[in-house]
Amino acid sequence: MKHLISPLDLSLQELDHILSLGQNILQHPEQYAHVCDGKKLATLFYEPSTRTRLSFEAAMLNLGGSVLGFSSADSSSASKGESVADTIRVISSYADICAMRHPKEGAPTVAAMHSEIPVINAGDGGHNHPTQTLTDLLTIKTLTGRLDHMTIGMCGDLKFGRTVHSLINAMVRYPGVRFILISPDELRIPDYLRQEVLIDGNIDFIETNELEKYMPELDILYMTRVQRERFFNEEDYIRLKDSFILDAQKMQYAKKDMYVLHPLPRVNEIATEVDKDPRAVYFKQAKFGVYVRMALIMTLLGLDK
Amino acid sequence: MNNNKEPETGNLNISGLKQGIVIDHIQAGGAMKIYEYLNLEKLDCTVAIIKNAKSNKMGKKDIIKIEGPLDMDLNVLGVLDHKLTINIIEDNKIVAKKKLELPEVVTDIIKCKNPRCITSVEQELPHSFKLTDRTKRIYRCVYCESKFKGN
Repeated sequence: MKHLISPLDLSLQELDHILSLGQNILQHPEQYAHVCDGKKLATLFYEPSTRTRLSFEAAMLNLGGSVLGFSSADSSSASKGESVADTIRVISSYADICAMRHPKEGAPTVAAMHSEIPVINAGDGGHNHPTQTLTDLLTIKTLTGRLDHMTIGMCGDLKFGRTVHSLINAMVRYPGVRFILISPDELRIPDYLRQEVLIDGNIDFIETNELEKYMPELDILYMTRVQRERFFNEEDYIRLKDSFILDAQKMQYAKKDMYVLHPLPRVNEIATEVDKDPRAVYFKQAKFGVYVRMALIMTLLGLDK
Repeated sequence: MNNNKEPETGNLNISGLKQGIVIDHIQAGGAMKIYEYLNLEKLDCTVAIIKNAKSNKMGKKDIIKIEGPLDMDLNVLGVLDHKLTINIIEDNKIVAKKKLELPEVVTDIIKCKNPRCITSVEQELPHSFKLTDRTKRIYRCVYCESKFKGN
C-alpha cells in the first residue's frame, strides 16, 4: 500500500502519471463522476484548514465517494489524549483512504506506520504539504505545457514558507530549471536548501531583493506572504514589505506568457488590481488543486487503471 | 606488566584492565554523554571515566574504560562521536580495534530535539533516526526529518 507523506515519495514516473490523470479529469470530469462510488475519505484535521479540507472533500465528492471526519483536535478523540497511532487504527475500519492535517511534524508518518488504508499528508506543521506541491505542478504543467527549462521566481518569505521549499525540491528534478529567489535578506531560503539541494545539485539560482529587475526573465512568479511577525522590528517590516508587493505597475515588466501563482490565502502581497490580469492564475490554481487531489485519491486507491 | 601502549592519561594512570573495552579519543567533555547513552550506570562492573587526558592528536580527550565482557552494539557510538576508537582488551592486551560501522537506523539512542516534532507530544513513540548521507554522516528523524547534531 502506498501513502503520500512527502512530495519526494513519488518517483518522476508516478508524478507524471498523477499529473496526466489530473489533466484528463480536468478535460472530462463526467467520466470520473462514479469512480469512487461506495468509497469513503476520512479527513482527519487536527488543526483547522478550511480550504485544504474542502478541496479534499470536493475531490472525493466529485468522484462519487463520500466523506467523514473532524476539522479540529477539539472535536476529535485527540482531546481525550488518544495517540495518532490508535486513532488511525480505528479510522482504518471506517474509511478507505484518509487525509491528515496535524500541527506536529511527522504525525502523518506515524499514521502511515499503523494504518491499513492509504494516508495522505494534508500538511504537518512547517514540514510537508505534498498536495499543495502537486497543485503547483499541475498548474504550471497545464498552463505552460512543461515542467522543464524554465525560470521560476519565488518571492516573499522564502525562509519559513514550506510551499516554497517543497516546490524547489520538486522542480530541481526536471532539467533546465532556474530559480530567482526574491526576498528580504532576513527571509532567504534556509542554508540546507541552498547547500544540499541547489549548490550540491548544480542548479542555477540567484538570490536577490529586487523583484522588478528580474520580472522580464520569469516564466513563473510564485508569490508568498511576508508576515509581519517574522521581522525583528516594525521599521524593517515597513521598509521591506512594499518591495515584495506585486502590483499592476510591476506586472508591466513581465512576459506576456508569464504566470503568477500563490498558495493562498493572500493578504496584501498581491494588489487586487492584478486579479483581472489574465496572467494571475492563483484562483485557477485552487481549482487545479481539486483535480490533482482527485487523481491522487484514485491512484492511491488503485482505481486509476 | 604488558607491552601494550596504555592510552595517555597525563599524570593520572588508570591501568590494569584485564578484560573489557577502552573507548578512546572521545572528544574532550563528551565522555559523560556516552556514559549516559550506553546506560553504563546500570552495569554492575568497574567503569573508569578519564576526562581531559593529554593527547598528541587531539590536545585533550576523554577515555572510558569498562571492565568485563560487554554485550552491546557499539556501532551506535559512531553516531555520537565519529572520531572515537574502540579497543577490545583480553588478558591485558589489545586483541582488536573495533571499526565502527554506522547503522542504517538507530532507535531510542538519540532523541529528536525539534519541539515541533510529533515525538515532543507523543511520549511513547520510539525516537528513530535513519542514516540519510553516509559520507557526511547525517542522521535524520524518521518523523520530522530534523538533522541530528552529534559531535
